[in-house]
Amino acid sequence: MEKKKATKPTTPNNSESNIWSQRSTTTSFICITLFAILVRIAVSIHPYSGAGTPPKYGDYEAQRHWMEITLNLPVKEWYRNSTVNDLKYWGLDYPPLTAYQSYIHGLFLRYFDPQSVKLYTSRGYESYIGKLLMRWTVLLSDVLIFFPAVIYFVIVYYSGVHEGSKSGMMWHFAMILLNPCLILIDHGHFQYNCISLGLTVAAVSAILSDRDVVGSILFTLALNHKQMSAYFAPAFFGYLFGKCLRRQNPFLEVLKLGLAVLGTFIVLWWPYLYSLEAPLEVLLRLAPFERGIYEDYVANFWCTTSVIVKWKRLFSTQALRILSLVSTVSTCLPSMMLLILAPSRRNFLLGLLSSALSFYFFSFQVHEKSILLPLLPASFLAIDEPLIFRWLTYFALLSTFPLLRRDDLILPYIALYGLFVLLYNAPAQREDTRETRSRFTTLKYFLITCSLLLHIVYLMVAPPRRYPFLFEAVMMLLCFSQFFFIFMYTNMKQWEFFKISSQTVREKKNI
Amino acid sequence: MKLPKNHHNQTQIPKPKPNKPITEILWVSLIAICIKFLLIPAYHSTDFEVHRNWLAITHSLPLSQWYSDQTSPWTLDYPPLFAHFEHFLSFFASLVDPTMVHIHHGLNYKSQPTILFQRLSVIVSEFVLVFGIYRLTRNLGYKERVLIWVLVISSPGLMIVDHLHFQYNGFLLGVLLISLSALEEGKDLLGGFVFAVLLCFKHLFAVAAPVYFVYLLRHYCRGGLIKGFGRLVIMGSAVVAVFAAAYGPFLYHGQIQQVFHRMFPFGRGLCHAYWAPNFWVFYIILDKVLAFLLVKMGFNVQAPIASFTGGLVGDSSPFAVLPRVTPMITFGIVLLAIAPCLIKAWRDPQPRMITRWIAYAYTCGFMFGWHVHEKASLHFVIPLAIIALKSAEDAKHYFYLSIVSCYSLFPLLFEAQEYPIKVLLLLLHASLMWSGFFSHFSANASTKAAGSEQTRYDKTRFIVGWFGKLYLLGLLAVEIYGQFVHPILFAERLPFLPLMLISIYCAFGMMYSWIWQLRRIIKLH
Repeated sequence: MEKKKATKPTTPNNSESNIWSQRSTTTSFICITLFAILVRIAVSIHPYSGAGTPPKYGDYEAQRHWMEITLNLPVKEWYRNSTVNDLKYWGLDYPPLTAYQSYIHGLFLRYFDPQSVKLYTSRGYESYIGKLLMRWTVLLSDVLIFFPAVIYFVIVYYSGVHEGSKSGMMWHFAMILLNPCLILIDHGHFQYNCISLGLTVAAVSAILSDRDVVGSILFTLALNHKQMSAYFAPAFFGYLFGKCLRRQNPFLEVLKLGLAVLGTFIVLWWPYLYSLEAPLEVLLRLAPFERGIYEDYVANFWCTTSVIVKWKRLFSTQALRILSLVSTVSTCLPSMMLLILAPSRRNFLLGLLSSALSFYFFSFQVHEKSILLPLLPASFLAIDEPLIFRWLTYFALLSTFPLLRRDDLILPYIALYGLFVLLYNAPAQREDTRETRSRFTTLKYFLITCSLLLHIVYLMVAPPRRYPFLFEAVMMLLCFSQFFFIFMYTNMKQWEFFKISSQTVREKKNI
Repeated sequence: MKLPKNHHNQTQIPKPKPNKPITEILWVSLIAICIKFLLIPAYHSTDFEVHRNWLAITHSLPLSQWYSDQTSPWTLDYPPLFAHFEHFLSFFASLVDPTMVHIHHGLNYKSQPTILFQRLSVIVSEFVLVFGIYRLTRNLGYKERVLIWVLVISSPGLMIVDHLHFQYNGFLLGVLLISLSALEEGKDLLGGFVFAVLLCFKHLFAVAAPVYFVYLLRHYCRGGLIKGFGRLVIMGSAVVAVFAAAYGPFLYHGQIQQVFHRMFPFGRGLCHAYWAPNFWVFYIILDKVLAFLLVKMGFNVQAPIASFTGGLVGDSSPFAVLPRVTPMITFGIVLLAIAPCLIKAWRDPQPRMITRWIAYAYTCGFMFGWHVHEKASLHFVIPLAIIALKSAEDAKHYFYLSIVSCYSLFPLLFEAQEYPIKVLLLLLHASLMWSGFFSHFSANASTKAAGSEQTRYDKTRFIVGWFGKLYLLGLLAVEIYGQFVHPILFAERLPFLPLMLISIYCAFGMMYSWIWQLRRIIKLH
């Protein structure tokens, strides 16, 4: 119902109520924002990961534990094993910005519920008020970082676009803000992806509005919140580098950006720069090489192909590390090169998607939650490539389903799935935000039916005893195939852009 | 993903989609259902156990014992059709979880499937409401239609009472709206019949019965003495048939007295534990103030022993100075308050006015009734949504009323987890309303005002005046006091003070609404 207002400005009599369009845009923004907060709050009353399951609990306990550690120990001790900081028990394994964020949230928790962050004694602390406070920290981070970033993105993306095409703006805004996977994982499962993703969104919008230095700083911040943000690094690098090359003084431009990145790094890592070993110690914590190339059933290349090739048995971890590095770099290289050669805005967004996907497929130790990273640029493309966005969302949801089922989040899963389908198909939507009917309609319906059936089978049917993870494997195969399609498609699209741009360059030269 | 789309520049002309209203309203209500679905594990009041117990009673006991069973303190006190409704639900409930419908083992039973089933039963039964508004709005323009749906379906009051607190108001109001839609279309017999059915679901809806009676008598039973009398007989027999079907079996089992005894529990106080924001709040406060002043002036005023929320204790009055109020007095005042509307209905029974009149009748019942629940404000807020778009003034009145009514329901949810939910529901509703009304009436105004003078231009525009803004800001102040200032000032003491403030403050808004509606009804022709 709430999205309704978003589609309101689409009705034809816009010309006369032009004076009010500014005002109605603002109120639509407010309505969608409030609705998005409401959805998040409503999801947050459901269980979190590892609720009431000692001794290890889940991500919720991990985050709480980090607050406890950062709050009670000096900065230098945060990443170091000691009697009070047992790194085996949810040791901090994210970059410093996550640690600082935990510290701030820890202060918030200590103010209202000191028990919940007491050193050592608070392990496994769970209470009604504790859960509420923790949920509030996520919500506040989301509203203070992700929301403004998305508003910034939408404003930048639609600035300069003429009035008529602005109708899809509210729909687009809602689509990015109400991404079901992000809400389920942050406010249901319990994580702070909204911070690193929010910083990425802000970085993308800054770069789209030609504030490259600001963009680089923001992206560095994102990278320092979660190292997974590196999934986007090739696209950022390619686009910025390509842009710099087309300026008057390329070397100076690159230097400017490099200094901005370096400066941000130095500021964030300052507490660990007192010796050479200290930052290395932290870096080692960030790279979980001991955990094997894949875990559980992730719809990436290694895990999917392991059905046929037993990677873990065939190669040593050392070899696998190199293998995964080489394959990741080689698969994201084409997209990056194309970006350097044809740095256009749309190409940049496509590049973000394809590089995130290649990291998702080939990098070491990928978690199923990492699908959030490719999903973000896909939501940027919701207007240009509605089908890609919808498809990726459906299968991203499916790929996280086993995880969310373990967390007992089936109710919100169903609700958000439904909400996404409904909002995506808002009735008063303009024609230009609708998909074209393609020849693959039957295939699409078939795949969607398969995915829905898989959900039901996974919930209802006990797997055969010989293959206890049969359904997970089938889901993984299905998701991987779809993700791979999208990956190929985005690369192809980038190639097309490149061809177009080189053509125009040639034409210009001819003139 | 397989096909690049390159039709960007072709479709600049916005084509209105040939969507049918029914698919659109389903879309709106499904979005609301997603939110309701998410709220399933949220707080629910004892009403949850009440309805579970009714499921158990109707499922495990024969009809003759439905109204005499006393296993649980939450005895059945709704009319027979509602009991049948519970009986119908209990059939499915027994399939979901047999313990839920067990008369003894089910007491305070709250398994996951039980919660899911009961919540879903509310969500599904609300489709009656969706059907009701669909019937009422299907002939309106696209914008008006959608706006009204949003007003009703996203109504925060309904969400708080039905989907959090736990009740079946959406379903019952749906029946009322179906009856109203029939009357508006001129299908009087159907309207009367459905209203009779509604009365057998929940007797609190009977407040509007006088309006129905007068309206149907003058509108349906007209056209000469013989024809009119014939129609009176038809209508009468329809209504009697409904009541006979509902109460007959109980009459047969000799239970009818027990049924009425349960439905009308005498011995409750003038006010509910939390005072509904109505006229009696002023009465009580005036009494307190007078008593205080008289004592100051040296008179000997005895402090009352009885409380106005409890029952009538012996012969003592809960009031120190002012005369005591009895159920008969409240009944008389309600009738008196409805009288102007009855006269209007008698003189000129018009279908387009009926929704306004019925809503007004429920407002009177709310303002002056005996032992009124704060939830009863939904009985007129929801029907008024249907006519909120008739004029800018209606919209303005509805804007205040629905905010006040929703805010007065806030004390129902007192736990920390639901606090942001109720606040967000209200904020979202208010901003949707504001933007909807604003764009609707500014578009209207600019089309109408082309050529006409400035004064008329302003009258058709939706404007929240400074006084209204001040009043709404006052709501914020009351809330901030109750949430933050009061705990600092008094800690745990005087816990009723913030609630009392909410009651008093909202009572002003309700009083305004009552007077506004009364004036509107007298003025409109």
